[in-house]
Amino acid sequence: MNRLSIASTARALFGLLALSATTTFAAPGEHPDIDLRVKACTGCHGAEGRAAADGYYPRIAGKPAGYLYNQLVNFRDGRRQYPLMSGLLQTLTDDYLQEIARHFSALDLPYPPPVRSTQKASVLAHGERLVREGDPARDLPACASCHGSALTGVAPALPGLLGLPHDYLAAQLAGWKSGIRHAHAPDCMAEVARKLNAEDIQSVAHWLSSQPVSQGGKPAAVLEKPLPIRCGGVTEAAR
Amino acid sequence: MKRLTLSALVVAAVAATAVYVALKPAPDTSPASPPGDAPGDLVARGEYLARAGNCLACHTAPGGAPGAGGRAMDTPFGTIYTSNLTSDAKTGLGQWSADDFWNALHDGRGRDGRLLYPAFPYTNYTRVTRADADALFAWLQTLPAVEQPNRAHTLRFPYDTQAALLAWRTLYFKPGVFQPDAGKPAEWNRGAYLVQGLGHCSACHAPRNALGASTDPDALAGGLMPGQNWYAPSLASPHEASVADWPQAEVVALLRDGVTPHATAAGPMAEVVFGSTQYLSDADLNAMAVYLKALPQTRPVKNEVAGVQDELRRERGAQLYADQCADCHGERGEGRPGVWPALAGNRAVTMVPPANAIRTVLGGGYAPATRGNPRPYGMPPFAAALSDDDIAMVVSHIRGSWGNGASPVSSVDVQRLRGNLR
Ligand code: HEC
Ligand code: HEC
Ligand code: HEC
Ligand code: HEC
Ligand code: HEC
Repeated sequence: MNRLSIASTARALFGLLALSATTTFAAPGEHPDIDLRVKACTGCHGAEGRAAADGYYPRIAGKPAGYLYNQLVNFRDGRRQYPLMSGLLQTLTDDYLQEIARHFSALDLPYPPPVRSTQKASVLAHGERLVREGDPARDLPACASCHGSALTGVAPALPGLLGLPHDYLAAQLAGWKSGIRHAHAPDCMAEVARKLNAEDIQSVAHWLSSQPVSQGGKPAAVLEKPLPIRCGGVTEAAR
Repeated sequence: MKRLTLSALVVAAVAATAVYVALKPAPDTSPASPPGDAPGDLVARGEYLARAGNCLACHTAPGGAPGAGGRAMDTPFGTIYTSNLTSDAKTGLGQWSADDFWNALHDGRGRDGRLLYPAFPYTNYTRVTRADADALFAWLQTLPAVEQPNRAHTLRFPYDTQAALLAWRTLYFKPGVFQPDAGKPAEWNRGAYLVQGLGHCSACHAPRNALGASTDPDALAGGLMPGQNWYAPSLASPHEASVADWPQAEVVALLRDGVTPHATAAGPMAEVVFGSTQYLSDADLNAMAVYLKALPQTRPVKNEVAGVQDELRRERGAQLYADQCADCHGERGEGRPGVWPALAGNRAVTMVPPANAIRTVLGGGYAPATRGNPRPYGMPPFAAALSDDDIAMVVSHIRGSWGNGASPVSSVDVQRLRGNLR
């Protein structure tokens, strides 16, 4: 059996958390009919997974494959809640979710231009500061220290923060803060989000959603520095 | 008062049995173990039998350790939590003996003598032989110990009393191992043993009386799953899910792969295939098929067209179909073999209770990913995109077109089935 099945067997037996970083994402060699098989997804996520910058549905095209895979597992296993999505995933295997994640990750599609923000400059400035520098006084690391200096994420498991709608961003941060969204333990994003107040969340979401996507949205290949906090499913890859 | 309490309890217990299907199977995608025909291979045989009984699907919490229990089964009367079956001495079955286990599986009693809720389908498992129970127990004892105390059920009074459970059992539960019918072939008997016992098909596929109990569970005459918004169709009716006319190989394929040229396992049935039947040996699946094909059939009831749609609604339904569905299911509901199921002449569309067709349009779904069909196709959910009324019109359209001849549905039907799908 291949590595993946062994990993999933081990998980099943010992209840270990999925560590996407330990699984390899094989070179393309995709089944040609995968796009037909994911038509159940693209109704919401937009043609080829490139949701528009407004609205709520997040773009999934071009995100790091390990991140996408972790999310699909999270929805299936109840760490993230959205009944319409988790219902679709109930009877799908880890192997198939890997394939689906690889498919969307490999799509290289242009991003739409960002939404112009109507917020006050001070709000946007506060958001930008938190993203780039964090707030040492509150022991809050910069978002960029994990999500990459270009904010386009880091392969294989750190997602980018650009090209996501404001409402989606705000809901995710609030979700982590209130314990609705979970990632693999240790859940570093929960730790970060708990340090953010409502105003911080709004500022960050407004600033991020008004930025153009740099580097064509491509995730960086490696972390520049070690992560400031350990993150489940990610830390291993950083070594 | 006494009667009322009793009947309410029965309903609670039964609702609990039915409600579990909302639970998803354990996210275990490990390959099946061999059937364990080798004599003395008790543990391997136990693992196989646990697949046949789908034990881990109920006894694993979402994202939790396999077999450690803690999965919530919501009922209108409160919540029942499944138990820790791992080998942990303090919180699992570590200190149980094979006799303790037999008392639970065969007689629905806990180690402390407590009467168990029939949400644990011991009304089926009671037919399991002692030898098979011992194998199951041997395998359970190999589950890595996980210390996780059982959560107390949060059932409201009086559903939480042992007295009421005792009354329910007196009326509706008779312990008894499966007795082979000497007049029938061995294969039929093996199939009956699996379908009636570990397979617990009747937990979903049997109708319930006013007290929520099944008076003739083995007829598998079809049952609405309370609170589940799915209808487990009659396996005895040619209009619903009888397989009497199917080639035997297709029955096997449905249970093993989850798809056949004419049917797809969906919703709770997809979970049964995913967690249980796909792991069974061809010999056992064939035996089940033999038994299912030989079930006494009910007389076909004509599918009356109860209501007629006005012209505007008919046009709107057809338009919605052309815009949202025809791409996959074809302009005349012909589908595309091996890819998109046909809707013309499809019993999942035409059967009298419209619940499953509506539910499929609301929630979409993938056929289960199995070894025979590892990369299934999926149907998108329309709950967010279409209103109750739109869904009613498009479902009425597919039920009424291409010779399907089934009655239209109303937006109230759709609203009732929506649940958390929005
Ligand atoms: C009914 C609409 C809908 C359908 C169908 C749907 N999704 Fe989603 N998806 C969403 C929404 C809404 C979210 C964000 C949920 C939240 O609030 O966390 C989401 C989130 C995601 C995420 C996480 C994105 C991120 O950046 O964290 C992934 C990955 C994803 N979906 C993949 C899929 C795949 C693959 C399918 C098909 C199997 C699919 N979705 C089907 C609506 C949908
Ligand atoms: C210690 C590292 C770390 C820091 C600091 C951090 N993040 Fe994250 N973030 C992560 C990881 C890891 C994930 C992926 C979690 C998962 O797998 O669900 C993530 C996911 C996210 C997501 C979900 C993306 C999506 O598509 O759904 C958002 C939004 C996000 N982070 C925003 C932020 C913001 C805003 C900040 C700064 C205030 C921040 N993060 C700081 C590690 C970090
Ligand atoms: C439909 C869901 C479901 C399935 C399938 C199921 N169980 Fe259970 N089981 C339960 C529930 C719920 C309880 C708790 C009942 C109670 O506490 O009254 C339980 C209790 C038990 C108990 C008693 C534990 C104790 O601590 O008292 C044992 C033993 C058990 N199950 C074994 C099994 C085995 C073996 C299988 C497979 C052959 C199985 N179960 C399949 C739901 C299920
Ligand atoms: C958890 C509830 C549940 C259990 C247990 C269950 N079923 Fe089903 N079954 C359903 C539902 C709901 C449907 C209708 C959905 C569908 O068409 O797949 C169904 C459909 C079917 C169909 C028709 C499939 C089709 O599309 O025509 C067959 C045959 C069937 N079940 C056989 C069985 C057998 C045999 C067992 C026992 C091994 C069993 N079921 C156990 C709920 C259940
Ligand atoms: C992307 C392709 C696609 C689209 C669009 C689509 N379906 Fe489906 N449909 C499927 C697939 C694949 C299945 C089988 C999977 C399943 O039942 O879980 C299915 C199953 C069904 C079933 C159950 C059939 C059975 O045999 O169990 C019904 C009813 C249905 N679709 C109706 C509709 C209607 C009505 C629409 C439009 C509102 C629609 N579908 C749009 C792909 C599609």
